[in-house]
Amino acid sequence: MENIISVRNLTKQFGAFRAVDNISFDVAQGEIFGFLGANGAGKTTAIRILCGLSRATSGTGSVAGCDIMTQSEDIKRNIGYMCQKFSLYEDLTVLENMELYGGIYGMHRKEILAKAEAMLTELEFWHHRHDLVRSIPAGWRQKLAFTVANLHAPKVIFLDEPTGGVDPLTRRQFWGMIRRAAAAGTTVFVTTHYMDEAALCDRVSIMVDGRIMALDTPEALISKYQVRTMDEVFRTLARNAVRNE
Amino acid sequence: MNRFAHFVKKESLHILRDVRTILVVIGIPIVLTLLFGFAISTDVNNINVAACAPHRTAAVRDAVSRVSHTPLFTFKGYVAPDEIDKVLRTGTAEAVMVFADDYDRLVAGTAEVAGCGVQLVLDGSNPNVAASASAYLMQTLSGVAAASPIDTHILYNPQMKSAYNFVPGILGLIFILVCAMMTSISIVREKELGSMEVLLVSPVKPLWIIAAKMIPYFALSCINLLTVLLIARYALGVPMTGSVGGILLISGIYIALSLGFGLLVSTITDKQMVALLISGMVLMLPIMMFSGMLFPTENLPLVLRPITYIVPARWYIDAMRKLMIEGLAFGDVLLELGILAAMTIGIIRVALMKFNDRLE
Repeated sequence: MENIISVRNLTKQFGAFRAVDNISFDVAQGEIFGFLGANGAGKTTAIRILCGLSRATSGTGSVAGCDIMTQSEDIKRNIGYMCQKFSLYEDLTVLENMELYGGIYGMHRKEILAKAEAMLTELEFWHHRHDLVRSIPAGWRQKLAFTVANLHAPKVIFLDEPTGGVDPLTRRQFWGMIRRAAAAGTTVFVTTHYMDEAALCDRVSIMVDGRIMALDTPEALISKYQVRTMDEVFRTLARNAVRNE
Repeated sequence: MNRFAHFVKKESLHILRDVRTILVVIGIPIVLTLLFGFAISTDVNNINVAACAPHRTAAVRDAVSRVSHTPLFTFKGYVAPDEIDKVLRTGTAEAVMVFADDYDRLVAGTAEVAGCGVQLVLDGSNPNVAASASAYLMQTLSGVAAASPIDTHILYNPQMKSAYNFVPGILGLIFILVCAMMTSISIVREKELGSMEVLLVSPVKPLWIIAAKMIPYFALSCINLLTVLLIARYALGVPMTGSVGGILLISGIYIALSLGFGLLVSTITDKQMVALLISGMVLMLPIMMFSGMLFPTENLPLVLRPITYIVPARWYIDAMRKLMIEGLAFGDVLLELGILAAMTIGIIRVALMKFNDRLE
């Protein structure tokens, strides 16, 4: 299958500090790729480079067919992004949020409305479209934020700890949405601290001190390290970390 | 352009949904203008005056009636010489006019020895009142005494109404409040929420995000400008005989400068509270102290006076006073206009440089 993200020897240096240290990996189209690592391991820096927010010190790579060194603006048009910290503007309604994000990605009003109706109807949320986000429960907001990030049909969607502070039932529903998006051909690049979620990814990479120490399917990693869960795999690797933030 | 319009709509919705803030932003300028115009006033009114005269001759009665017919004074009656101290101490009167024995002849110019016809005894515990009372009384009485040595004319603001002076100052303050403080808080709020990150990952140019934020605040400032000018003209009676185009142009430049300050403050900090403090301490305080809004810049100690030259509000307030009160033409405020324009360009350049630095 075609690689949608391809990175070779990527390094990001801040003065004497090497936040990302010579990492290389590929992510295929329609894949759910778990990008794991303890705090301070360099995940956020790597994601910022992939999203076109920051430039790598050295290395090469492409995201959605665009060069990460020279075509950061083209990358931005082809990706979706969602983080735990911020989901949607609370003082706008669900539909206003969708109109804003759709508009940012150059969608026309009619197109936005049609997609919003289809996506919200699937979530059984269409009748709440005029509710202010403020009045919607946190779990629902995360699901809506994912819908909004997916509105412009990006080739890759980056999820930075998308399920932080969400109840287990909503997390399961959220992963159902991720699977459906991947099945439809969208690549999902997700970071998480929940190892049960890591087990749901097609492949995972584990970063320690700026380097990728392991990269394979969850099953293969579990058998390689001769443990029973992804949690144990993660702890085996992260134990040796020098950096701690 | 479509993307930009979506952003402007979003920013306008943020403001419109926050009813309390919008009331404050629209209401404060109106309240301030009316307060300074009517309630808080350094003008001295209702000065209580008593008279002490050995003989209530025709000339004395004429002088007293002139004073008591002036709306500024309230005549409290005649007192005996030994009561002067008492009426001043008890506050019954702020000033006592003591007429000489030969006041009639002094006025008529037939006195044997020329001298003072009236002595003013004033309560100096409030120097402001005493100074005004003495000036007003001298002016009123000088009409009676034929040989008045001083002939004073006050131009532009003959009643010396303080409201005239305050209106430009209030505008200078309001624009910093609305543009610099509100814009910086609004930008920093997006950083605090984490939404800035989401926006930066989108294909929207960072500068558009900022420009979209400024437009609603620019519109709000224009509303403020209009309301304050209308109140000043029709409620306070500020003459506004100067160039209206000049007033609007120089206000526009000052608003742009305030927006530049807002952007600059937002690049310094990631916390709304800090943005608020910086706007309050670093921007508002100098305006109050060093712009001539409350205290004339000429009254500042010599060492502090140079500070006023770098406070943009000083130039704005100076120019607005010239245009609104002195009724000067646009050509007479070119110096202020040039300085403000240069400051605006400088501030916006620095703000943009710092903003771009922060992105990487």
